[in-house]
Amino acid sequence: MSERIIVPFGPQHPVLPEPIHIDLVLEDETVVEAIPSIGYIHRGLEQLVQKREYTEYVYVAERICGICSFIHALCYSQGIEHIMEVEVPDRARYLRTIWSECSRLHSHLLWLGLFADSMGFENLFMRSWQLRESVLDVFEDTTGGRIIQGTCKIGGVRRDIEQEKLDEMHRTLDPFEEKCRDLGDVFLNDETVKYRLQGLGVISKDEAYALGAAGPTARASGVAMDHRETGYAAYGDLGFKPVVETAGDCYARCAVRVKEVYASIDLIRKAIEGMPDGAIDVKVKGTPNGEFFSRAEQPRGEVVHYLKANGTKHLARARIRTPTLANIPPLVKMLPGAQLADVPVVVLSIDPCISCTER
Amino acid sequence: MTVKEEQTIIGVALENLLSEVGKLYADGYRLVQIGCTDIGDSYEVNYSFDKGYQFINLRLTLRPETEVPSITGTYWGAFVYENEMHDLFGIPVTGINIDFKGTFIRTAEKYPLSVTKRGGDRCQNV
Amino acid sequence: MAFMKRSPWILHYDASSCNGCDIEVLACLTPLYDVERFGIINTGNPKHADVLLITGGINAQNREVVENIYEQIPEPKVVIAVGACAATGGIFRECYNIIGGIDKVIPVDVYIPGCAARPEQIIDGVVAALSILEEKRAKMNGAAQETEQAGEST
Repeated sequence: MSERIIVPFGPQHPVLPEPIHIDLVLEDETVVEAIPSIGYIHRGLEQLVQKREYTEYVYVAERICGICSFIHALCYSQGIEHIMEVEVPDRARYLRTIWSECSRLHSHLLWLGLFADSMGFENLFMRSWQLRESVLDVFEDTTGGRIIQGTCKIGGVRRDIEQEKLDEMHRTLDPFEEKCRDLGDVFLNDETVKYRLQGLGVISKDEAYALGAAGPTARASGVAMDHRETGYAAYGDLGFKPVVETAGDCYARCAVRVKEVYASIDLIRKAIEGMPDGAIDVKVKGTPNGEFFSRAEQPRGEVVHYLKANGTKHLARARIRTPTLANIPPLVKMLPGAQLADVPVVVLSIDPCISCTER
Repeated sequence: MTVKEEQTIIGVALENLLSEVGKLYADGYRLVQIGCTDIGDSYEVNYSFDKGYQFINLRLTLRPETEVPSITGTYWGAFVYENEMHDLFGIPVTGINIDFKGTFIRTAEKYPLSVTKRGGDRCQNV
Repeated sequence: MAFMKRSPWILHYDASSCNGCDIEVLACLTPLYDVERFGIINTGNPKHADVLLITGGINAQNREVVENIYEQIPEPKVVIAVGACAATGGIFRECYNIIGGIDKVIPVDVYIPGCAARPEQIIDGVVAALSILEEKRAKMNGAAQETEQAGEST
């Protein structure tokens, strides 16, 4: 029997934009066990609810993570709106949907780039990020911010998008989709990509479900679970269907995200076409009292904001469970059996967002 | 339209925790999260489960320092939440499959959200 | 921007940021902003780096990591703090686990404002840091020459 050695992976590692540390137990080149440890960017912002009023905490929630920013703010706002029984105007629901899907687009394109980089496919990395910039331009144009938008608030949204701008966005969707399909074609059909990804880091449907996997990690194993199906914001009106793959390997996780890029473009198109007129916010009076587990679908999976209010301006508790935390147990099960050289690819395949996870 | 989903919260006694969790597992529920709330002098621990977007919560109420049995025997992935519970709140959890013994989330002070820390202003740089 | 004599290598570390600034730092490398045309290269090895670019504030666990990385970078070196959190702790300054800005642990030469800092600002900040790097280099060379001369005269 060969000797076992432990290789520390991270926290500062060329392939990781964020610090996570994994102790890899190796037998020759093969991983037999993986033990993650986190905490390098733990800030403790759940406790900031005691310092910030419930209306101000939206902006803290948005900064849990700079990639899923809008959806964090949305999930928090929806939770408070549910507790206070605030009915959000239709136009605000549609605007929220458009920004959520733009968020997903920029997150998935970002991930596709990083994933290509982890495979050593530099050119594809650059092309993905080039496309992503056009999504950021839309954000900048409509909200003023590239990655932190600050447009979501309790009771609606803070900014409207003018009809002219909406028409322009609608016109640019077709050429944008064409470019995304060209890019997606490489991820889905290129021989080298398939060679690196197929059969790597497999997790079965039952295992993924039992381990509590979320988002694309679960959907790539055949678990048809996407919180947008519950129809929050305007998803109920737009006819949403989750993207599901069955192989459960890195290739399937990549394919789910590529296809979700197409799905997001489609959702934005429908949302622009169906955009209702009217107000973009309602005035919110009083203070919340009650509790709610608010859930929304982030690019990385289901996010849960548990909010407990006690009738004062400050919430008693906010507990945020982010999708990456739920995807760590599946990751621990995926790594054994992989070669050391494939570890970065497997780690990235769950789209780890460490800032989210550690809060 | 805001989200209108039913959320059930069921109180559960500590000694029945494992059997209740086992029932939900057999029913095909998945574990969504485990979270704690500080309610004055004790804790509320929520074990959240979901099946087809139906949300069920088992709620434990605990005095500080009470030992909680781990549910990792049923839900293997629960170790992330149970380690977090221990590291942030100081609730001792017994029998976790991957027990980090307080090193999962390392913080400047031990158990920052523990009820026994209540009172003093723990926020810095004010 | 004036003609640049050298090709500065950058090491990026995420202290405890929300990811926003990190992503913008990475965006600087990609086709739209493309800092590589200035000869700026992102490296993963502190011993190869001239510039340490840090996002996010310092917390209890990464304090040693940041000190360690800083120590490993050879002189002359400059440190850039990107974003509001790296400058002061930003929106998270009151969190129990945040110690404050990067300058609580290591000396900082350039602060880039913004939440999140924009790629244009980051590039501007890096350019400002490069002139500081040149000054430090000149000073080091000057000091080396002086000791040499002092050695000759005795």
